[in-house]
Amino acid sequence: MFKIENLHAGVEGREILKGVNLEINAGEVHAIMGPNGSGKSTLGHIIAGREGYDVSQGAMEFKGKDLLDLGPEERAHLGIFLAFQYPVEIPGVNTTYFLKSAVNEVRKARGLPELDAVEFLKYIKEKAALLQLPGDFLKRALNVGFSGGEKKRNEIFQMAVLEPCFAVLDETDSGLDIDALKVVSNGVNQVKSPDRAQLVITHYQRLLDYIVPDFVHVLYDGRIIRSGGKELALELEERGYDWVIESASVEA
Amino acid sequence: MSEATETIEGFVKSDYKYGFVTDIETDSAPPGLSEDIIRFISEKKEEPEFLLQWRLKAYEYWKKMECPGWPMVQYPPVDFQEIIYYAAPKDPSEGPKSLDEVDPKLLETYDKLGVPLHERARLAGVAVDAVFDSVSVGTTYQETLAEHGVIFCSFSEAVQSHPDLIQQYLGTVVPYTDNFYAALNSAVFSDGSFVYIPKGVRCPMELSTYFRINAAKSGQFERTLIVAEDSAYVSYLEGCTAPMRDENQLHAAVVELVALDQAEIKYSTVQNWYPGDEEGRGGIYNFVTKRGLCRGRRSKISWTQVETGSAITWKYPSCVLQGDESVGEFYSVALTNNRQQADTGTKMIHSGKNTRSTIISKGISAGRGQNSYRGLVQIRKNAANARNFSQCDSLLIGDQCGAHTFPYVEVKNTSSKVEHEATTSKIGEDQIFYCNQRGIETQDAVNMIVNGFCKEVFRELPMEFAMEAQKLLDVSLEGSVG
Repeated sequence: MFKIENLHAGVEGREILKGVNLEINAGEVHAIMGPNGSGKSTLGHIIAGREGYDVSQGAMEFKGKDLLDLGPEERAHLGIFLAFQYPVEIPGVNTTYFLKSAVNEVRKARGLPELDAVEFLKYIKEKAALLQLPGDFLKRALNVGFSGGEKKRNEIFQMAVLEPCFAVLDETDSGLDIDALKVVSNGVNQVKSPDRAQLVITHYQRLLDYIVPDFVHVLYDGRIIRSGGKELALELEERGYDWVIESASVEA
Repeated sequence: MSEATETIEGFVKSDYKYGFVTDIETDSAPPGLSEDIIRFISEKKEEPEFLLQWRLKAYEYWKKMECPGWPMVQYPPVDFQEIIYYAAPKDPSEGPKSLDEVDPKLLETYDKLGVPLHERARLAGVAVDAVFDSVSVGTTYQETLAEHGVIFCSFSEAVQSHPDLIQQYLGTVVPYTDNFYAALNSAVFSDGSFVYIPKGVRCPMELSTYFRINAAKSGQFERTLIVAEDSAYVSYLEGCTAPMRDENQLHAAVVELVALDQAEIKYSTVQNWYPGDEEGRGGIYNFVTKRGLCRGRRSKISWTQVETGSAITWKYPSCVLQGDESVGEFYSVALTNNRQQADTGTKMIHSGKNTRSTIISKGISAGRGQNSYRGLVQIRKNAANARNFSQCDSLLIGDQCGAHTFPYVEVKNTSSKVEHEATTSKIGEDQIFYCNQRGIETQDAVNMIVNGFCKEVFRELPMEFAMEAQKLLDVSLEGSVG
């Protein structure tokens, strides 16, 4: 479904990703872990198509399409979603209006009829219940005055509404207390299906207790230096990253 | 400059959609200004002697004045002898009696502009007094209004039919001595609208006027006067678009509002004069004096403006709160793109006791636009317990534009309370990327963010007008992608 080959990318001449390889099939959940500054968030941004990065080498494809040629909104139309580490605020634009525009843009791009206000409201109310969102949430300006936890919850809510084929969750667990973490994870798990895939970027094994990955990768200095099953996350939690880094440098 | 900033800038480049010229013969005065020209205008309009004398006094006063240099706008000096001060569409039968008699070409022009005249006006329930160049060409719903005793007609008509009211109120809010452009307007004004709401009447519909500059080199000098007697209410809408021109056109209007005891006047403007091209060539100079006098106790005047056009905008719709407990409001959205310059704001003059005023100003700067808010809150000695709240927000799009705020506060009464809040923000690459990632294209994202920013002002506009304003803002920010 999603494949990255030998991806090199950076900002202003500084290389951040130095040859990333990753293949994700439908139905799979992958986790990317790694110390600060290893390039995790950059990877998320590049998948979503953020401008400002120079991709110098490599390929990235989704459902057989070359992603590197597409703008961020085109990737979104194909079903790629990024849950932001730092969701932005848009004053004066309420969450419902924002999401209705988003859903209808995606539908338009796929040749589907746009949802009218009544249909849409019914649809998002069901989704809001799933994330246990308070009643006024949908009427408030997008992320304005939201707590850190509310913003993250809003990201997962948007994911539930947009039903992407491939979702990248960038440190969705940071800033969440344990109850919020459960609600968010529950939301993520409900979106899971055999024809969808997820890439979870996180620092902590804690999240992976709730969102159980099929594969865990360690990203260090712009490369994936180790991949394994979910037990790798537990091992990292126990032993830290040093041993992985050391063994990787020995191999190199 | 990063790529994303360039992209954002790509979106604010736009072509003026209303750039077309209607081919109609005009009956014009020669260019230039003199006593003879003023007599010509007055004679053309068959005006009573008092009005001619008033014009001439204004002209004498104006000759001694100098063009103001304090606004934060730059433009080459205007040659007042180059301007044509009177231009009327030539029509054989002394002007149309009804819309059916209106030159179809003219209606077509309005059609292109989306003016809800004719059937659309009926459907929308709006009475339209359309000003084409200097002469009013169509008025609807006059009969319904007449039943309520409401007078809504062109200024020229009012001079003929209600000279007493004109003489009583003309210049009482904006005297010809007020400022350079008000004096000029007083001397040469050609037409405009007159509204009179009698005692106790709530005007049964929104009154609407669309202005349009058409003839080449014709400066347009409208004069609008609205009088609401005791406990009367009226909501008045003014909208403008102008076709493309190479030369700058001067637009110096005067609007006077008078609210007596417990009367309320709501005045809404959507201004979309031609802003000039990307390099600032052409475009309208919009130098307007708008002022409302809350003369009566508990009277209220509310200004709402959406300013997206003109090369230069220079206007300060103001309220003089003379009556005790009177209320003044000013809600403004001003957008400057490309080389547009705007110096706009309001004056709230509190002289009555327990008077209140609210100022909400939203300035949007894009391209190389310069946007200034200039506002005066003056609390006079006798204005016990006067209150003001001001909020001035600026939004920047791209990194070559400017936003400026000049709040003046003069307080001479210790029991009053004045608050001022101001913010400046920039449409960030983060916000754009966030919207893109959800499937929303950059242009739609910019529009959405700008509309969100303006929400507090848009909700003060009548419903249809709010939608039109939103559309105008979108058009003004439109451009080719990438």
